[in-house]
Amino acid sequence: MSFLLKIPIGDYAEKAVDWLTLNFSGFFDGVKVGLESIIEGISWFLMLIPIFLFVAIIMLAAWWLSGTGLAIFSGIGLLLIDNLELWQPAMETVSLVITTTLIAMVIGLPVGIWMSLSNRAERILRPILDFMQTMPAFVYLIPAVYFFDLGTVPGAVSTVIFAMPPIIRLTNLGIREVSGDLVEAAKSFGSTTSQMLFKIQVPLAMPTILAGLNQTIMLSLSMVVISAMIGADGLGKIVLQGITQMRLGDGLEGGIAVVIIAMILDRLTQGLGKENNKSGRMFIRLRLKKQNP
Amino acid sequence: MEKIQVKNVYKVFGPSPNQMLHFLEEGEDKETLFKKHQHTVGVNNASFTVEEGEIFVIMGLSGSGKSTLIRCMNRLIEPTSGEVYIDGENIITANRSRLTEIRRKKAAMVFQNFSLFPHRNILWNVAYGLEVQKVNAAQRNKKALEMLQLVGLQDYQNVKPGELSGGMQQRVGLARALATDADILLMDEAFSALDPLIRKNMQNELLELQSQIKKTILFITHDLDEALKIGDKIAIMKDGCIIQIGTPKEILCQPADDYVRTFTQDINQNEVIFKTKVPAKMMRKEEI
Repeated sequence: MSFLLKIPIGDYAEKAVDWLTLNFSGFFDGVKVGLESIIEGISWFLMLIPIFLFVAIIMLAAWWLSGTGLAIFSGIGLLLIDNLELWQPAMETVSLVITTTLIAMVIGLPVGIWMSLSNRAERILRPILDFMQTMPAFVYLIPAVYFFDLGTVPGAVSTVIFAMPPIIRLTNLGIREVSGDLVEAAKSFGSTTSQMLFKIQVPLAMPTILAGLNQTIMLSLSMVVISAMIGADGLGKIVLQGITQMRLGDGLEGGIAVVIIAMILDRLTQGLGKENNKSGRMFIRLRLKKQNP
Repeated sequence: MEKIQVKNVYKVFGPSPNQMLHFLEEGEDKETLFKKHQHTVGVNNASFTVEEGEIFVIMGLSGSGKSTLIRCMNRLIEPTSGEVYIDGENIITANRSRLTEIRRKKAAMVFQNFSLFPHRNILWNVAYGLEVQKVNAAQRNKKALEMLQLVGLQDYQNVKPGELSGGMQQRVGLARALATDADILLMDEAFSALDPLIRKNMQNELLELQSQIKKTILFITHDLDEALKIGDKIAIMKDGCIIQIGTPKEILCQPADDYVRTFTQDINQNEVIFKTKVPAKMMRKEEI
């Protein structure tokens, strides 16, 4: 026997969601149309690029940022995806990842900067970020479907919520980690808060911020299969079909494609933050140095 | 003419610094205040005047409050009470935008650990003070290059600070401070992180430079030799208080108390008293 009434958190949440859907349906429809056109636009554009050109561009970028190893791997990997006849769902997935990462960055960077400037903001935001990140991602799907129906958009929205915390956290951390001595020096020359931020703190925090971006991309890729459960297109759908129809082959092929994309994106964004001796840009820089020392 | 005037500056660190002031006025010292009230005294009733064109050295051991005091000059640290006048203007009451203006135009700082911006090359480091004043790129680069020539580092303008030795880095720090054309240089243990030989060279160079540029320099050090060598006037600090202010000769010949005497007894007095302040010959650059 329980002598306390159960606190109806669930009921309240449902009522709140009902109220929101009722009163803000116009807003949600607008968001839906907007997001849908962005995601579809990007994937339409990606599909427009001939596969061999696409592969060549990625290989070049991989060489430039990371080195020959990644260039070869991404070449083989992407051709394998095409060979498995998964090119279109792969591009849909990439487009979803690009869109959600961009949105997470547009929201996350300013929030992270704000958090770094104000201790109160940090105190308020930290538990919210914990909540966003640790709440099982499936739970976001339910209200997202209420607001946006089935399809790619509710998947994108839950992905943004789930994937945004790292970029906020690491922007905050990176800026706070900038040495106090340097901040003091910049201050002593009469820097305003924004000059300090954009001339000193953000540039010095950049490696940490890029690590946050990398995490955000990885998390949004990890949501691909989950958001397929509410009808998002892409590789997730292939994997999900594999699961529901107990077809190991399909599921495995879809999974491999996800892994390839994840590895390429991960190494590419890691290359952004680091000066790698084997990377193409270093190769060229050294060549130039040798020519005119 | 007096350039900087400091009147009864106090700085107390702790949760309620203002309430501690009257304990200090009643004569409690740093140790008792910490034991009885858990507040740390940074600066305890400091007053002094720096004349234009003078090198004023504040000397004290670590924890004596000298670095806190110099930061009260441009309010990197807000004093708990007291007044600081630069060119007759009380900067403690200056509003935010006026303070920014003072930091940009009146007093530039050189730091113990150089505090060069590691993501910018040397030229851009030196130009930073002008950049925040929104001076256009051509003009500020020209000025920065001039300053680099002054400290003999014009060949290193495209290098990042991390690739330079300590002595070179601090010359960049000096050039960065000079680039803004501020009348006042605040030098916080500027040479303390350098090797003895390089430190000596830098002291000579500073004196040589000073004979050309005639800045008002407030110089912090923990090294009495350094203070005697470069100071026109020296203030000795202990536990946040200024114990004695005087010329090097006065410090040596009439030490105010036993504390000052413990420093001065090791110094070869003749060397200092009869030293003439002719700058040393320019060092060959390879030596530094």
